[in-house]
Amino acid sequence: MPEVLKAPLVVEFPFTRSLGPVQSAFLTGLRERVVLGVRTRDGRTLVPPVEYDPVTAEEIRDLVEVAPTGTVTTWAWNHEPRRGQPLSSPFAWVLVRLDGADTALLHVLDAPGPDAVRTGMRVRVRWAEDRVGAITDIACFEPYDGDPAQPTGHSGEFEAPVTGIVAPARLDYTYSPGRAQTAYINALADRRAVGERCPSCRKVYVPPRGACPTCGVATSEQVEVGPAGTVTTFCIVNIKAKNLDIEVPYVYAHIALDGADLALHGRIGGIPYDQVRMGLRVEPVWTEGGRYPDHYRPTGEPDADYEIYKELL
Amino acid sequence: MSKEPVAVVGIGQTKHVAARRDVSIAGLVREAAQRALDDAELTWADIDAVVIGKAPDFFEGVMMPELYLADALGAVGKPMLRVHTAGSVGGSTALVAANLVAARVHGTVLTLAFEKQSESNAMWGLSLPIPFQQPLLAGAGGFFAPHVRAYMRRTGAPDTVGSLVAYKDRRNALKNPYAHLHEHDITLEKVQASPMLWDPIRYSETCPSSDGACAMVLTGRAGAARAPRPAAWMLGGAMRSEPTLFAGKDAVSPQAGKDCAADVYRQAGIADPRRDIDAVEMYVPFSWYEPMWLENLGFADEGEGWKLTESGVTELDGDLPVNMSGGVLSTNPIGASGMIRFAEAALQVRGQAGEHQVDGARKVLGHAYGGGSQFFSMWLVGSEPPDA
Repeated sequence: MPEVLKAPLVVEFPFTRSLGPVQSAFLTGLRERVVLGVRTRDGRTLVPPVEYDPVTAEEIRDLVEVAPTGTVTTWAWNHEPRRGQPLSSPFAWVLVRLDGADTALLHVLDAPGPDAVRTGMRVRVRWAEDRVGAITDIACFEPYDGDPAQPTGHSGEFEAPVTGIVAPARLDYTYSPGRAQTAYINALADRRAVGERCPSCRKVYVPPRGACPTCGVATSEQVEVGPAGTVTTFCIVNIKAKNLDIEVPYVYAHIALDGADLALHGRIGGIPYDQVRMGLRVEPVWTEGGRYPDHYRPTGEPDADYEIYKELL
Repeated sequence: MSKEPVAVVGIGQTKHVAARRDVSIAGLVREAAQRALDDAELTWADIDAVVIGKAPDFFEGVMMPELYLADALGAVGKPMLRVHTAGSVGGSTALVAANLVAARVHGTVLTLAFEKQSESNAMWGLSLPIPFQQPLLAGAGGFFAPHVRAYMRRTGAPDTVGSLVAYKDRRNALKNPYAHLHEHDITLEKVQASPMLWDPIRYSETCPSSDGACAMVLTGRAGAARAPRPAAWMLGGAMRSEPTLFAGKDAVSPQAGKDCAADVYRQAGIADPRRDIDAVEMYVPFSWYEPMWLENLGFADEGEGWKLTESGVTELDGDLPVNMSGGVLSTNPIGASGMIRFAEAALQVRGQAGEHQVDGARKVLGHAYGGGSQFFSMWLVGSEPPDA
């Protein structure tokens, strides 16, 4: 069996987030070197603050400042920091209960080694030099043996509050199309379209999936289809897609290759866009080095009869 | 033992808009949930379980809403479930919640669906750069437009039908204070003059991109007896799935949609949906899906759906009003859109739909679909409880 294809797939997107009143105050506070929590009706102070009481589900808006000093409530040593983590040298993940707070905040502690960290140790905030209104405005925590710092009693009202953040997400995959599609892609390199026939319903799938989606059985019998086919339906695209360098208008069509039981998708060229019709007979046009046909053009044959392709739309 | 009858006693929506920059996602869902509780005159403590749905994770980058939103939805110390079924998720989420009540697992369940499209990009989420694969050659509209052309070819529908649907739904939206689009100067000529994006689909025949949430409180017979306002009763509910693409798939009228509707009608004792059902809230993201679904759901024979639209039957004052709320064409927070259909159906039979109320609506269908016409979920609600 030929080797199955593999390639890296990186999925990343800069999602944005509106903060709402509580997170807005919290992050703006960090920018101003003020740590804010919220006070619940029964007098607990939650840091980091939340919008809704986790016990009673009540809305909470009572902001209260806490100290930038506190106590480690538990920790774990990180031997090998990874990309995007707060410190580049080994550090401790810590939960810190700041002085004046009833809950603990997750952050990192800059310490020379795990022997220098213990539950109950006193720490303080090390502020980042450039602060923008983000949790990273706290660069990290550091060991501290002084008295608890005193909050200034800040109201939580700020000039030019931060109202939104960008939360970039990134996932790194190794993608494999699997055995059946690998065979299909390899055949395309020779400009042949090779699908697979279901042993049960006898339908030919191009591209093949390795299993029939209706019968639920594995497919393996290879069947070459095309190269010509029939336009079964289409639309005329008049707006440019961001990721595609194709002049508009163009025709995006469902094309049933001769011998296939399911249409695939392609662009129609070599004919004015407004003359494309259902039933048009087409053949692939390849460009040098292309993994797929660049587009399909009319073969010049008479149009196919609707009755022949109406199940292949 | 028979099932517990399921009643909708509370409904809440946010005012749907292009961007809700003033609230977090927690704040957005809270707003809808609080309104549903207020409608039912219940408190958080009265809720026994929470069932939440949202759009696919990549749309919005929120992978675990059940984790992030538990406190905002008062779910601490209670079961919280999340449902996934692409665009139909709002409908299937409501049905999962309803089934918990019907099975007497929980007495009163809060169900909610949401999306903040302004903080995400659905089109990006649908077009990840999968190695070796040919990129999709058109946007979401381009995916559906060939199916619309196939419908037109199959039925001989005149090409004006799509614009009639859009004109109707946008006018209906003017009567719904929660709808996103309020186009006060809308005319049929404006719809027909709007740019052709993916021929045969025009700009005005496509749905907007919205931020919004919708919530419902579902309960049983005892809860309904205590409710301050009339309940909507679930008379039937079903879900069906099929592959997005397979040999023999009818993308114009998918078998899963037909089977789902037939199951709902069987449960509800509906012999002739056109005669026995008073109105429909159906998932129409592109205008032509109204006549397509009218056929798929059995309100018209194959090839005849467009005639109901063209003759005004589906207008707000017609014989079978469709999308009285303005529909997905006027409001589309994708993750919530299915639940809004279900909730609007319930509002109608409760007589609480305000200016877009259909007089005497007693049985109304709520419908949602998602994926490449892959997932279907529907419920039929009535003003009277099901026969014991």
